Amino acid sequence: MTESTEKMTGARALIECLYREGVDTIFGYPGGVLLPIYDEIYDADIRHILVRHEQAAAHAAEGYARATGKTGVCIATSGPGATNLVTGIANAYMDSIPMVVFTGQVPSSLLGNDAFQEANITGITMPITKHNYLVQDANELPKVIKEAFHIASTGRPGPVLIDLPKDITVQEIDFYYPDKVDLRGYKPTYQGNLQQVKRAASAIKESKNPVIYAGGGVISSDASKELIELAEKIKAPVTTTLTGMGGFPVEHELFLGMPGMHGAKYANYAIQESDLLIAVGARFDDRVTGKLKAFASNAKIIHIDIDPAEISKNVKVDVPIVGDAKWTLQKLLKYAEPAQSEKWLDRIAHWKKVHPLHYVEPATGDGIKPQYIIEQITEACKDAIIVTEVGQHQMWAAQYFKFSEPRTFITSGGLGTMGYGFPASIGAKIARPDKVVFDIAGDGSFQMNSQELATAVQENVPVIVAVFNNGYLGMVRQWQELFHNRRYSATCIQNSVDFVKLAEAYGALGLRATKRDEVRPAIEEAIASGRPTVIDFVVEEEENVSPMVPAGAAINEILDLERKE
Amino acid sequence: MRHTLAVLVENKYGVLSRVAGMFSRRGYNIDSLTVGVTDDPTISRMTIVVMGDDEVLEQVTKQLNKLIDVIRVTDLKSEESVDRELALIKVNSDVTNRSEIMQIADIFRARIIDVASKSMIIEVTGDDGKITAIEQLLRPFGIKEMVRTGKVALRRGQKSS
Repeated sequence: MTESTEKMTGARALIECLYREGVDTIFGYPGGVLLPIYDEIYDADIRHILVRHEQAAAHAAEGYARATGKTGVCIATSGPGATNLVTGIANAYMDSIPMVVFTGQVPSSLLGNDAFQEANITGITMPITKHNYLVQDANELPKVIKEAFHIASTGRPGPVLIDLPKDITVQEIDFYYPDKVDLRGYKPTYQGNLQQVKRAASAIKESKNPVIYAGGGVISSDASKELIELAEKIKAPVTTTLTGMGGFPVEHELFLGMPGMHGAKYANYAIQESDLLIAVGARFDDRVTGKLKAFASNAKIIHIDIDPAEISKNVKVDVPIVGDAKWTLQKLLKYAEPAQSEKWLDRIAHWKKVHPLHYVEPATGDGIKPQYIIEQITEACKDAIIVTEVGQHQMWAAQYFKFSEPRTFITSGGLGTMGYGFPASIGAKIARPDKVVFDIAGDGSFQMNSQELATAVQENVPVIVAVFNNGYLGMVRQWQELFHNRRYSATCIQNSVDFVKLAEAYGALGLRATKRDEVRPAIEEAIASGRPTVIDFVVEEEENVSPMVPAGAAINEILDLERKE
Repeated sequence: MRHTLAVLVENKYGVLSRVAGMFSRRGYNIDSLTVGVTDDPTISRMTIVVMGDDEVLEQVTKQLNKLIDVIRVTDLKSEESVDRELALIKVNSDVTNRSEIMQIADIFRARIIDVASKSMIIEVTGDDGKITAIEQLLRPFGIKEMVRTGKVALRRGQKSS
């Protein structure tokens, strides 16, 4: 295929490449070495969202990617701009989210000179990117960008960084965009081995206590429909990890909830008693498995994953299938027959009845239990996109929101990044303006990136931040209560800020609920306002996330932590 | 257990640091590592000797394959491959023991590549055992300095592609 070439600068070529990749939105912050690129962005047909801190650009691009499945794009300048992206890049890497990150760099002639605002960002991000590039010739730029989008979005997705020395952006090139990528060292396997699929099918047929354990891979390969069909066909209950949440409807009778540290008891019991564990796009994270030696120790394990390096990394696998979750589940559906699970499903129904997720309402007074807020958000807006920060509120959101479709739960799973949720919710809302988007936040987490209220207001992005204000860094406080004799070292943050006034200072809507019966009206008012909103929910201070498996314990060694009045 | 991996990589800026970084990040130990360009100038070949059991080897291989710039990883099992290492050993010597040292070098088919009044440098090529053996024999004379290249290895017979 030939395409006529055209002379243009590297900066112009960058924009042309983004058009060809179908990029409609980028999140960024300008700086000295980016001037030629920002001059092109000025009249490009791409929406640029100006954040107030580069970390937010990376999180917002990730939120955009998670809400749509498209590759998120962000850009920051050299030196501190680039290093401020690092947390966001690491977050996307841990949760396997497709992202292309552009960073400005000092001119090639100054590289390695400790020049003003120079940082070796390709070196810094090597362990937290799927791949990265330092562009050394503008003629290479289109090929590099083509490869970057390909690498970011295929196989096990992840962030790819492109570092752009300033001289590259002003260099004139003959623009030509390749239509194919050929990387001899990168050929992800999509189609699993059929023999292995058949082995998995016969293991299913023989099993009496099967459990499907599905992770974020189900979301990224768009395999939710196949997952539901398989569970129904083989009659196996399904537990989804934190990042897999939304991949299986919460209200489906075969749903077990989340496994692991703050998982439902019946999910953990089911895994421990299973004779066949079918892992799909999940990576046996320590927060799921607890004590590895005691994890599902009687189960045969089938592991479907597109990344061969995940197979038998933590848990020895009996039937490994390297392949795309959607493709593999489709094939498995063809060969699989029902398991012999009638009695098993009865046992699980019994566990669900005896050990439901629950919390204790305040006996007297009208205090707000945090779990109650999640229930009220579910009732008010069941098809909302729920984004979270990291901590107790995140676990309550995962436990109590009734997700019914994929890409509606956006949370920092692997890295556990406080400050992630608000910028990610801005990205999600820009991607899905038709959806109501909530950022479920703690008073600690929200303060890590609350400056993005300026972005939300300026760009008119009506996300709703629900601050679960308990005056503590709650999850750490919970561990201090349990394991450090209630010595609340550096976790009390009471009265740090008036969140209503903070919202108003930025021109956003600020609401407050201090009583139980104010919760629902505040939620309704926020949704109806169509404005960026912060709701300050003043909740019970020392509520704990329950149940809980202490770190290092087996997942059936579960603590009940409901706070009785 | 010691494994020898032949790793074909893109001959590009930063690849060595990607490979070395992966090893250190995941806590794998590199016994030795050599790099050089192959008959195809766009491809370099690394020979990496790594310690670990079969599970470690499997993970190392998979993690190497995850790097975009890694083209192929081959486990060179000792019975199917040949390997060599080169060492330069600077040993104390004077007129009284020069001929004795030269005899030792002869036995190992090593070469004297520099002679000075108080020392000489011996070049020896061989597998790990041979180099260790000559090192031990020369030690009583006093080894002033020594450098080893690390192992290079090839599979026997046809090209491993």
